[in-house]
Amino acid sequence: MNDKLRSETWDVAIIGGGPAGLSAAITLKKAGINNIVVLDRENEAGGVPRHCGHPPFGIREFGRILTGPAYAKRIAETARQLNIEIALQSSVTSLKPEGKLSILRPEGEIELQAKRVLIATGTRETPRSARFVSGGRPLGICNTGALQAMVYLKNTIPFKRPVVIGTEIVSFSALFTCKRAGIKPVALLEEESKASVFWPIQYSAGILGVSLYRQTGIVEILGKERVTGVRVSDGNGQERLIECDGVLFTGKFVPEAGLVHMSHLKSDPATGAPILDQYGRCSDKAYYAAGNIIKNPVKVAGTCWQNGKIAATKIEKDLAGQLD
Amino acid sequence: MTTQKQNTTNTQQGSSNTLLADVDIAVVGGGVVGCGVVRRLALAGASTVLIEKAADILDGASKGNSAILHTGFDAPPGSLEWECVQKGHAEYLEIHESMNLPLLKTGALVAAWSTDEEERLHGVLKKGLNNGVEDLCLLSQAEIKSREPHLADGVRAAIHVPREYVIDPWSTPLAYLLQAVDNGGRALFNAEVTGGEYDGSHWLLKTAKGKVRARYVINCAGLYGDTLDQAVFGESEFTIMPRKGQFVVFDMAASKLVNSVILPVPSERTKGIVLFPTIFGNMMVGPTAEEQDSRDDASVDKETLEMLASKAVNMLPALAGMPVTATYAGIRTATERKEYRIITDSERNWITLGGIRSTGLTSALGLAHHVLDLLNEMGADFTAITNPVVPQVPNLAEHLPRDCHKPGFEEIVCHCEMVTKREIDAALGGKIPAGSISGLKRRTRVTMGRCQGFYCSARLAELTEGKFETPLGIGDAHE
Ligand SMILES: Cc1cc2nc3c(=O)[nH]c(=O)nc-3n(C[C@H](O)[C@H](O)[C@H](O)COP(=O)(O)OP(=O)(O)OC[C@H]3O[C@@H](n4cnc5c(N)ncnc54)[C@H](O)[C@@H]3O)c2cc1C
Ligand SMILES: Cc1cc2nc3c(=O)[nH]c(=O)nc-3n(C[C@H](O)[C@H](O)[C@H](O)COP(=O)(O)OP(=O)(O)OC[C@H]3O[C@@H](n4cnc5c(N)ncnc54)[C@H](O)[C@@H]3O)c2cc1C
Repeated sequence: MNDKLRSETWDVAIIGGGPAGLSAAITLKKAGINNIVVLDRENEAGGVPRHCGHPPFGIREFGRILTGPAYAKRIAETARQLNIEIALQSSVTSLKPEGKLSILRPEGEIELQAKRVLIATGTRETPRSARFVSGGRPLGICNTGALQAMVYLKNTIPFKRPVVIGTEIVSFSALFTCKRAGIKPVALLEEESKASVFWPIQYSAGILGVSLYRQTGIVEILGKERVTGVRVSDGNGQERLIECDGVLFTGKFVPEAGLVHMSHLKSDPATGAPILDQYGRCSDKAYYAAGNIIKNPVKVAGTCWQNGKIAATKIEKDLAGQLD
Repeated sequence: MTTQKQNTTNTQQGSSNTLLADVDIAVVGGGVVGCGVVRRLALAGASTVLIEKAADILDGASKGNSAILHTGFDAPPGSLEWECVQKGHAEYLEIHESMNLPLLKTGALVAAWSTDEEERLHGVLKKGLNNGVEDLCLLSQAEIKSREPHLADGVRAAIHVPREYVIDPWSTPLAYLLQAVDNGGRALFNAEVTGGEYDGSHWLLKTAKGKVRARYVINCAGLYGDTLDQAVFGESEFTIMPRKGQFVVFDMAASKLVNSVILPVPSERTKGIVLFPTIFGNMMVGPTAEEQDSRDDASVDKETLEMLASKAVNMLPALAGMPVTATYAGIRTATERKEYRIITDSERNWITLGGIRSTGLTSALGLAHHVLDLLNEMGADFTAITNPVVPQVPNLAEHLPRDCHKPGFEEIVCHCEMVTKREIDAALGGKIPAGSISGLKRRTRVTMGRCQGFYCSARLAELTEGKFETPLGIGDAHE
């Protein structure tokens, strides 16, 4: 694989084999652009849906409701059937001017040259540390993404009675995942007076028997080896202790854009996403970005799929010299 | 996946009467000081054992420091601390390459931000020169700007300290201990020393795992140095007064913004809040100096972290909006007095290295020589090993080739810090295997990056299953 990746100048290299990257690849291939490669650092293509072991995925793309893993399989399979080159275990480590990429693979480090690059590396939730939450560093603190990967990919759990922080759409996934894994959250906290997505959260919290506390923020995490509790405060400064064995921080998505920040590309300090022109191009015109890396707030897979398609159309025009 | 605990050597319970070791010297405490001391004594030809109460080394003060290799320019003149820092600095430079320990030659700027500080700068310069750090010099504003173009305009003057460097705070003590072990020493974990008796020629130490017999004992128990002396002698000449220091670690992208360690003009009490690059490719600000009762509560608090972050932005305006990667705290082994508290009981062959407060990472190798001198005065007669084994530790420094740069690493487990499966497997094995999740982090950097485990915790739970007393995964996902 290394020789192959190195040997050609690719028309398009796509970083990230999630919904956005794969949809772009499929669109390009169908438009007759054959010389494309999808690079993903994981062992499997499909992106985050690989570990979202629950519906709904795929309504827009396939007209039916799938679970995340089934959806991930399906989009990766679609790409493979079109003979799209997917290089797995390929971590892109730096973006250089004019479409030159450094890639680390178990076989060794290589450089790859592409006429155009699409960055589709997705988003992740803000971890505890970047939220400046007080307390020690016991085990049992994680994000929804990590919880889902543990539950759906590795059949293990990090806690049994966590406090869940946040009420975004993803918090719904978090509660659902807990239910599937036999985890019983003891409380769901929302700092604001209203939940971010009130209806489904209220509903699923109800089903799970989890109490939702509005206007309640986490003040401190307690515990040495493992979490033993959290101190929380309501809007009036009233504090109390909730016993628990974990803290699940959900949402507050940030772009997975470390690559961009370390590179010559310009990014928006407020969101961390790369700055794009009207065609979806970065400050170096060899680079495009699509999918959740540029979506704030974060979008569902179907929207990212759609967004990848649009980016592909622009790249196709660009390669044909029809953009500027 | 099940979480059944395998019996690793780390956690095997011996009966409390088992004689675990019969040696010349028992070193109590696997902080950087204990590791440095046991290395020197093993090289000197003594039979040694290091006894640590935790499941891995570095469970106390040595867990969270700034990782600066100090020159001693601001140490109390003529003090033992000054001497050990200088010797430690020199020996580190001599040995680091042979053990594959990294060195980031940053240099430091002692920066003055007010007229008052600017005036005090001259005193600092004079003291430094008197302390034998002869390459110090004053920089003009223009010279500062050319070295540190991103530093805020408010900086008025600075002293350049060329040989203040940045090192790896965790691999360094590990390398010291490994060298002791490679040259005949032993290490015991989960073996808290709870008491001891001296029979006129030998100590019989009581540990959580069994007994240890030794001719000499070196108390390197750091944050618990006083309590260990109390447990054995009924009293201690000093009292540990824990002093916490909190840190904020910025994203790797911030490391482009600063080249040197930016020190404040030192005060009597602390070295103050520092802005500095880390060996792992990040940029950090800290530590604070907060007195507290607890010796093991290394918690952070929101207000302090916010204060640190804003202080960092004041010094380095381009940091505004830079993502934060991590936050943590370390606890200094301060005592009621400023100086190192070295107590020698030559009647009973016991040495206590207490209160190694804020320079221990640098001074450990120097202290180790000092201990050997003390032992010689006490009549110890060891014959130095002639061709000692020199172990190599895996490189974790960002500026040097890492494991992921060598083909055949199987898999990148942690994408933010580029930690390979091969690296993790190696850290879980070997002569001193990682004893806990945090120990594994310190040996590999796994989960220490931007996502803090969002992408890799699940894989890490799988790879470490059954290895640690306190595991990441605590049960099956399906009832
Ligand atoms: C916990 C959670 C629950 C969710 N639940 C739902 C749901 O129920 N329904 C729904 O529609 N959507 C859901 N979503 C959203 C959905 O997963 C995302 O919208 C979608 O995955 C975004 O697609 P993407 O292609 O932009 O990014 P991703 O799916 O994140 O894919 C990015 C890919 O890039 C790769 N990558 C990143 N950096 C590099 C690099 N340097 N080198 C090589 N490869 C790299 C990654 O390995 C990954 O495969 C959920 C998201 C999360 C986090
Ligand atoms: C915030 C901060 C910043 C610092 N910055 C720097 C710096 O930049 N440069 C520098 O040179 N120094 C620095 N230092 C100082 C340095 O970290 C300390 O001097 C050093 O860690 C002290 O190490 P120690 O081995 O004496 O103690 P510890 O690290 O506390 O080690 C003692 C060990 O003994 C074990 N133990 C305790 N009791 C028992 C018992 N009864 N039985 C068995 N084992 C026991 C503990 O578990 C522990 O592992 C800093 C310190 C802090 C806190």
